[in-house]
Amino acid sequence: MTLLSVDALDVHYGQLQAIRDLSLTVEAGQVVAMIGANGAGKSTLLRALAGSNHPSGGTITFAGVDITRVPAHRRVTSGIALVPEGRRLFRSLTVEENLLTGAYRKRPGPWTLERVYEMFPWMGDRRRQSSAQLSGGEQQSVAIGRALMSNPELILIDELSLGLAPVIVRRIYGVLPTIVEQGTAALIVEQDVSQALRVADHVHCLLEGRSVLDGAPDELSTEQIEHAYFGIAHPSAHETPRGD
Amino acid sequence: MDWFNAVIQGLLLGGLYALFATGLSIMFGVMRVVNLAHGDLAVVASFLALSMVNATNAPLWVAVVITTPLFAVLGYLTQRILLQRSLRVGPMSTLVVTFGLSIVIQNVLLKIYSADTRTLGGGGFATGSFHLTNDIAIPYLSLATFVLAVVVIVAIQLFLSRTGLGRMLRASSDDPDTATLVGADSRHVYGIATAIAFGTVALAGIMMAMRSSFDPATGPSRLLFAFEAVVIGGLGSLWGTLLGGMVLGLTQSVGAQIDPALTILLGHLVFLAVLAFRPQGLLPGRTA
Repeated sequence: MTLLSVDALDVHYGQLQAIRDLSLTVEAGQVVAMIGANGAGKSTLLRALAGSNHPSGGTITFAGVDITRVPAHRRVTSGIALVPEGRRLFRSLTVEENLLTGAYRKRPGPWTLERVYEMFPWMGDRRRQSSAQLSGGEQQSVAIGRALMSNPELILIDELSLGLAPVIVRRIYGVLPTIVEQGTAALIVEQDVSQALRVADHVHCLLEGRSVLDGAPDELSTEQIEHAYFGIAHPSAHETPRGD
Repeated sequence: MDWFNAVIQGLLLGGLYALFATGLSIMFGVMRVVNLAHGDLAVVASFLALSMVNATNAPLWVAVVITTPLFAVLGYLTQRILLQRSLRVGPMSTLVVTFGLSIVIQNVLLKIYSADTRTLGGGGFATGSFHLTNDIAIPYLSLATFVLAVVVIVAIQLFLSRTGLGRMLRASSDDPDTATLVGADSRHVYGIATAIAFGTVALAGIMMAMRSSFDPATGPSRLLFAFEAVVIGGLGSLWGTLLGGMVLGLTQSVGAQIDPALTILLGHLVFLAVLAFRPQGLLPGRTA
């Protein structure tokens, strides 16, 4: 079943067009990864899906409903949760309060405080601590927990590995199968290509706001991905002239 | 013993300043809006209570019970209809809008009530007192206002820390963009914050009206005290606002004991000293 379907999406940032004619689908229970260099439009895409950037064209359909014009807070109710780039925890709130903000528009489902503490055992012991005292990896885990508290059907994870040690990144990605098992699909944005290929069922490579390559990780060769990533000699990367 | 009395009276007066400043503190804490019409709103509440009491001969507490929720609703609507639009434009715009509101309110009050100075008769409650010792008399009104201020601030703190909506107010204060992403409808959250602010300013306005006289132009000079209480206490912290109010009340009262002409001046000097040496305030806020 198709959960999310993005059709011919355009997003502008002022004069700059960050997303061009992008289409993609996420099936229920699927993990889809967006890879691409800095400025390829990955984060813009996730923010447009979560509702904080408004598309200038195209449609976003979620669970059969057109949500292109639905404001961000109502998208949480429909089942989309974003783990934003840079974690963005609420600094004056404790760990537990941060998790509870995610439950403000709670949908029925498996995720509760107890389940999140089960998944990240350290968190329960430190739930009364201010979130500002946590390490980057811990903050990232809380941000994931916060998103799960709304029981989303689709979790959007933006640059999970940003600024974190590889061993921490691997540990956090270790919880992704548990999340998907509970019936949540994931759309992740990742700069670490090998990490993305390890966890995803389907990969899109973004270049200058366009999807220039997509497929299952085992269908794509390293060379294809490298070319798509850097924009070398790939036909669709040159379809339109740059610098508009 | 006079000094001790001045300290007690000053701390109790601080309760009134704190109650009055709470709304200013909340609106700044949650929305970063400096409401320049805050003092005038208190005066509107004073006049409204006066009209109600004069027209119906109802006891004053009835006027309090009606005015406070009425102001809360008015606050919610003001935010949704007036302030929300200006918030989108920027902080300068909200300053101009609330400044304009202040002028409109003053002139409407002038038109309706004339420039006469009024007082709100609170009967024996407003003038009576009980003796703690032979030298120290505690006025019922001051004590009641102080208790009211503490109860209101504790209640708002409980709302902010224990309820889902309260958490969203604090989350929006930290990071409005992310709060929206986890499901806060910022217009509603801001409406609630303004409703609380207007409700508390109505309470404060009525308490003030029993204590001292007022006329349509009293608002801005009162606003100054609220500003001072908020800044002395620390921006964005309600406990700080309570403390700031008490520091201001204490200073004014002790100043009056030294020389009545010093009352207001000494308060301003403490405020300036805090700005100069501890600009974050005495209890810098972590929560709205």
